[in-house]
Amino acid sequence: MAPANGAADAPLKIGKHEFASRLVVGTGKYSSFDVMQRAHEASGTELVTVAIRRIHLDDASGKTLLDFIDRSRYKILPNTAGCTTAKDAVLTAQLAREALGTDLIKLEVIGDPETLYPDTAETIVAARELVNDGFTVLPYIIDDPTACKRLEEIGCAAVMPLGAPIGSGLGICNPYSLTIIKQRSNVPVIIDAGVGTASDAAIAMELGADAVLMNTGIALAKDAIVMARAMRLAVEAGRLAYLAGRMQKRLYASASSPMSDLIGTTAK
Amino acid sequence: MKATINGEHRELPDGATVAEILRDLKLERNGIAVAVNERVVRGTNFDEHRLQEGDVVEIIRAVAGG
Repeated sequence: MAPANGAADAPLKIGKHEFASRLVVGTGKYSSFDVMQRAHEASGTELVTVAIRRIHLDDASGKTLLDFIDRSRYKILPNTAGCTTAKDAVLTAQLAREALGTDLIKLEVIGDPETLYPDTAETIVAARELVNDGFTVLPYIIDDPTACKRLEEIGCAAVMPLGAPIGSGLGICNPYSLTIIKQRSNVPVIIDAGVGTASDAAIAMELGADAVLMNTGIALAKDAIVMARAMRLAVEAGRLAYLAGRMQKRLYASASSPMSDLIGTTAK
Repeated sequence: MKATINGEHRELPDGATVAEILRDLKLERNGIAVAVNERVVRGTNFDEHRLQEGDVVEIIRAVAGG
């Protein structure tokens, strides 16, 4: 249902978590933590992703990423990026929960180092285990309606099909499969990866995506802070266009101005 | 006793607890998590959990990522 006169949209619900913003933003690849912090602010996001890695034993002091994330303002979505097996992803998720005190997990099990396409079989195994362990699971997955359905059936709180390979900025490569995924999904569909510029985010939302997750598209823009604002506006614009319901496309023109009473015409 | 911490072989005092290891490494507990032999050790158990010969310890924290 479209919001009347710009009335507020319903919040995005992921499991027990609710968000007014439909833009999820990463913390990687920024030129500095200061730029990251200001980009987060400009994006209006309420959910930021982080990775989980070993502490360097010889260099454990100093400021860390968490010093630059105001947790009263942003929820944290830890990921299992880099994991290639369900076993490693599950342990990484459990460590993330312990370190960050959140049940949210972006499940990512990579099947191929060059494309970073997910390993669907391992993702499903890990998702089942994590759901049974009480996690709110958001799996990164290929834009495959069947895989998304399986993950929903397992109990994932959302599905996150890719728009294009991670970090590629290629945009929404297969809008048709994402449309099918959205039409069939009973959980939020978050387009994760591939967004390179604002129009990509708007297209994702116009297709009916419930949210968009991006990192590189903002972080590697020449001005990450301005791009963060552009992404915020694009997500909002795309969402509103989806809710408004676009006009039907037609092959031939249809005049917007009356075709009668034109000057210079002769009465019959 | 010998143990592996984050992939590095380390010589540790016999019966050292997770809490003692963290203290020796000058690590604050906030924002970190520990697994021993692929099982998470809850923060509330750091003082009690004693390491054993050959244990494999992972100590993690959040870093920038997408």
